[in-house]
Amino acid sequence: MSDANPQIPLPRPTPLSKPHWDGCREGVLRVQRCGDCGSFVFIPKPVCDGCLGSNLSWVESSGRGTLYSYTVVHRPQQPAFEVPYTVAIVELEEGWHMLSNLVGVEPDHVEIGMPLEVSFERKSDEITLPCFRPRA
Amino acid sequence: MSLRDQVAIVGIGCTEFSKDSGVSTLTLAARAILAAVEDAGVQASELDGIATFRVGDSVPPAILAQSLGIRDLRYFVDQFGGGSVSHSIVGQAALAIHAGIAETVVCYRALNARSEFRMGGTGRPPVDAIETQYQAPFGYFTPPQQFAMAARAHMERYGTSAEQLGAVAVQQRANASLNERAMMRKPISLDDYLASRWIVEPFRLLDCCLETDGAVALLLTSAERARDLRQDPILISGVTWGSGQTLYSNQQPDSTRTSAADMAPRLFEMAGVGPHDIDVAELYDCFSYSVLVQLEDYGFCKKGEGGAFVESGATALGGSLPVNTHGGFLSEGYVHGLNHVYEAVSQLRGDAGERQVENAQVALSAAQPGYVSGNTSALVLRRDS
Repeated sequence: MSDANPQIPLPRPTPLSKPHWDGCREGVLRVQRCGDCGSFVFIPKPVCDGCLGSNLSWVESSGRGTLYSYTVVHRPQQPAFEVPYTVAIVELEEGWHMLSNLVGVEPDHVEIGMPLEVSFERKSDEITLPCFRPRA
Repeated sequence: MSLRDQVAIVGIGCTEFSKDSGVSTLTLAARAILAAVEDAGVQASELDGIATFRVGDSVPPAILAQSLGIRDLRYFVDQFGGGSVSHSIVGQAALAIHAGIAETVVCYRALNARSEFRMGGTGRPPVDAIETQYQAPFGYFTPPQQFAMAARAHMERYGTSAEQLGAVAVQQRANASLNERAMMRKPISLDDYLASRWIVEPFRLLDCCLETDGAVALLLTSAERARDLRQDPILISGVTWGSGQTLYSNQQPDSTRTSAADMAPRLFEMAGVGPHDIDVAELYDCFSYSVLVQLEDYGFCKKGEGGAFVESGATALGGSLPVNTHGGFLSEGYVHGLNHVYEAVSQLRGDAGERQVENAQVALSAAQPGYVSGNTSALVLRRDS
C-alpha cells in the first residue's frame, strides 16, 4: 500500500476538506476544533456536530493514537488495491476517530489498542494519504 | 387514533430466487405483485397505491402502474435506500391507508442483484461526497468491509468468537433446508463455516449474504377490510423509523451499537409488547454479525451476549426465539428485507410448513439496523385475534 498507485481512487478535495488535504501534503495532520465547546470534528463539517456552532478552526493533531477497530480485506472491490490490506479506525490522542490504512505491520500482527502514529504516504503531486504505522 | 393494528398485510407474493432471473426487474416485480394479489383474493384493478425502494437498480412505481393497468394511482413511494429502508416502505403504505389516502397498497422490492446490479460491486466509481474522500482512498467501499469493522470491535470488547458468528450461519442454513424457496439448502457444519475463505476479516464467505435475482410483494389494506378477505389478516402492530448511528463520518463513538437500540423501545411501545412477547424474529442478516447485534439492540439478550445467545440454541427452530426461520439472506436469498416480512407473515399465518414455529402470534421483522447508513426501520406484526 505504500507504493504510489495512480489507479486507486484519490480524493478530490472540496472547499470543506481542502485544509485537511493540504496539511497532509505538508506533513501535518489537521482536524477541525470548535472554539465554543472544544469538540474535535472529523470528517470536515460545516458546523460543530457537538454544539452546532460555526466557530470551527483547523488545529494540528499530534498524529498519535491507538487502533479502535480494523478489517483485513481479502477480496478487493477495486483491483488497484493489493490484498490483503488493513483498513483501520484510529482513535487519535485528542479523542477523534479517522479511517485509514495501516502500513508497516503485517495483518497477522495487528491488535486492537496498539499504539499508532500517522505516516504520510505520497500518492500524487496533490494528494498525500494519512496512513498509520505502529509506534513504540 | 394510533396506527396500532389498523392496517393488515393481506397478501404476499414472490418470484423464484435465483442467480440469473433472465428477466427484467419490471417482470420480476409484476410477477411478485400478481402473486400477492392472487394470494389476497383481490383484483389487480383494486390496487391504488404502490411503494418501493431502490438504489437506482430497479423499476419505479409509475412504470409498474402502467404495466399493471392502474390508471389512477392514488399513492406512491419510491424511496431511495438500501436494506435500512426495507421496512420503512411498509410503514409508509400503512400510514397512507390509515390516513385514507389509498385503500389497497402493494409494497415490492425487485432486483437482479446478481445478474445486473451487484451491491458494493466492482468497477463503479465512488460518488464524490465528503465521506467518500475519507473512505475510498483507503480501499473502504463495501458493506462487508463496514460491518466487518463493527464486528471486529464487538469481538474485541465482548469476546464474541468466530464460532458464535458461525452459529448464525449454521442455524440459518438448517432453517433453509426446510424452505423450498431457499437458494442454499444443503446443511453446513461449524467446520464448514470455519473452513470457508476470508472475504474481509473477521468475515468468511459463509458470514456473507447471497446475491439474488428476485422480487417480493406485500399487499396491505385496512384491518377492517382485511377481515373480509381470503387470508387471516396479519396486523401491523408497530412500525418505526430510526436514524443516527451513522458510520459514514467515522465519528461513531461506539461501533458495537446500532440505531436499532434507540428505536426498539419506541417500536415495542407502539405495538404494546416487549421483547419477551416476540415468538419469532426475522432480523436483517446482510452478515452474520448483524443478527448478533440486533439480538442485543432489540433487547432479547444483554449487550455483548448476542453470540452466547445464538450459541445456546435459543435462536434455532425449537428455541425460545427462532430467528430467520427462512434462512435469511445468508441462505434463502437477498431480497433486501422484504423476504423477511414475507416469512414473518407466513409464520403468523401458520403456513411455514416444516419450519413452522408453534403457535406463533407475534413477530418482529427488522431492517438493516442502521450501522452503515444510520437509518433503520422495523415492524411488529401479529395475528388478528
